[in-house]
Amino acid sequence: MSDFLDILTNPSFWVAVLRIATPLIVGTLGVLLCERAGVLNLGIEGIMVAGAFTGWLAVYAGAPLWGGVLVAALTGAVLGLLHAFLTVVLALSQHVSGLGITLLATALSYYGYRVSFPKVSTPPTITPFQEMGWLGLPILSQQTPLTLLALVAVPVVAYMLYRTPVGLAVRMVGENPQAAEGQGVSVVAVRTGAIVLGSALMGVAGSFLTLSAFNAFFFNMVNGRGWICVALVVFASWRPGKALLGALLFAFFDALQLRLQQSGAAVLPYQMYLMLPYVLSILALVLVARRASYPQALMKPYRKGER
Amino acid sequence: MRLEKRQHSSALAMVLAPIGAVAFTLLVSTLLVLWAGAPVGQTYALLAQGAYGSVFALSETLTRAIPLMLTGLAATVAFKAKLFNIGAEGQLYVGAMAAVAVGGMHGGAGWDLPPALLFVLMLLAAALAGALLLLGPALMKARLGVDEVVTTLLLNFIVLLLVSLMLDGPMKDPTAMGWPQSVALRGELELSKLIPQTRLHTGLLGAVALAVALWALMKYTVLGFDIRALGANPRAAAFSGVPVTRTVVMVALLSGGLAGLAGAIEVAGRTSYLTLDMSPGYGYSGIVIAMLAALHPLAVVVASVFVAGMLVGADSMSRAVGVPTFIADVIVAASLISVLVATLLTQYRVRWR
Repeated sequence: MSDFLDILTNPSFWVAVLRIATPLIVGTLGVLLCERAGVLNLGIEGIMVAGAFTGWLAVYAGAPLWGGVLVAALTGAVLGLLHAFLTVVLALSQHVSGLGITLLATALSYYGYRVSFPKVSTPPTITPFQEMGWLGLPILSQQTPLTLLALVAVPVVAYMLYRTPVGLAVRMVGENPQAAEGQGVSVVAVRTGAIVLGSALMGVAGSFLTLSAFNAFFFNMVNGRGWICVALVVFASWRPGKALLGALLFAFFDALQLRLQQSGAAVLPYQMYLMLPYVLSILALVLVARRASYPQALMKPYRKGER
Repeated sequence: MRLEKRQHSSALAMVLAPIGAVAFTLLVSTLLVLWAGAPVGQTYALLAQGAYGSVFALSETLTRAIPLMLTGLAATVAFKAKLFNIGAEGQLYVGAMAAVAVGGMHGGAGWDLPPALLFVLMLLAAALAGALLLLGPALMKARLGVDEVVTTLLLNFIVLLLVSLMLDGPMKDPTAMGWPQSVALRGELELSKLIPQTRLHTGLLGAVALAVALWALMKYTVLGFDIRALGANPRAAAFSGVPVTRTVVMVALLSGGLAGLAGAIEVAGRTSYLTLDMSPGYGYSGIVIAMLAALHPLAVVVASVFVAGMLVGADSMSRAVGVPTFIADVIVAASLISVLVATLLTQYRVRWR
């Protein structure tokens, strides 16, 4: 028990929590934007891989770090545009299109990496974002600017969704596209915009891995983080503030299991601790299911004039 | 632009759609081959040769196609009923675990039963394990409205950790020198080879038989009708007397069971023990295959031979001309997307304004 307290009172633990949470926060906001507009985006897993790869490649080729983030966002936006074309314009199955994009984006990224670096044994590295020591705040000054960006993005997305006409349009097409169309809102345009923007965020979430958390690109480095974001959105009842909370909670358990393993205080096999965040996610989904306020038109393709 | 439902099927669209789909896929992959600086014609020739060009190549492709067929069928039956089972990967692994538990525990000897009986028990245990793993999310969907996409996805991670746990503990092979693999199945439980000197095993016959069985079930039984009705329109199905919860449960048992069998047949036919890298995403590929096959059980057989051929062919092609093997996944993804679009265009026409 004292081991447990030692872990929780150590500031470096909380630094780790925030670091682990960063890509989850950004990715979850991305999924949230898409789903608020009524479109599931299972492409996130692959879009994060693609963002991680292209962002890193740009910096490796000489671009500044923020240039890399921009490239990752653009990569995400392009893949989002493809998803929007398939699911909004053509109204194809959102599950299948998303999984197809994950497969395509992952394979293209790995292919691009292998073509660019055919014979490397150790992955080439870049100089990643540095800690913001100048900030002079506990925990936060040991994070990189991308974490700050993630934290700022939460109120920005919330403000956009709830306080602007654009946000209202996004929520309308996600709840009742027929009514939105009746009000003169173009369902296709708004959904496409939301997916492109959300996918750009997913690309940035991926770039955090290669430009901040690590300094190189590895295969399997996203490792299911995208799927976690899909779960976190449900857990958060599609609200940005709760999404932040959910990401922090998930990161808390992830960091905790790491520390328990290292401290030797682990009584149970380490896999049990690793399972904990996933098991808790499922439990949380069951608990929130009753009062979950799904966007009413989520996963319902919309074709003008068709019911 | 907008889409308008075709009143009559157009012969032109029926001919052009598949040609367009193939052309798009070839365009994408050709650009990638050019990027890698390899000779295009030779690359494709080597890819086809490595996939289907010799008895050995074909045997490797068919061996790889067996688990894909089964996970493809698992996705087909679930997606047909709009139960979006993304958890076939986890169901495959619990099936493999159950197979090892029945046929390999007790120092690798299995239980002391006649091999034929033990073999049946092993397959049943695997199917049951996979079925039960999907039953949870299916019931949570039917009863509580919990989204099955997320729960089945999350269960994949939990199962992989469980496998890792088993390989560290109860199922660990003590003679493997720390290599993370389980005890092996009893020798008599392994599937025999279809062609000597290759890895192709009789699991292929089982998988094809299951495809035919599923096709017959969907076409000729009441359950099959209920599944199709539920997938077409859940509300109308419930209104016309389809027992919704019971059908969802049956679909979950079928889909999870097929994926669980994929795990058992991989263990019994190819690896003979359980490892953490036994499946390179067969569960996820199954969804792609089901969609390529337009959710038709017999077409799943063809689609899985195509996908397996790309994977196997890319391996040998890559060794020869240095184009990364990941091109196989790009080809599969591009063909999935183009087939989806092409199918849509045979049903809808595009109106520019």
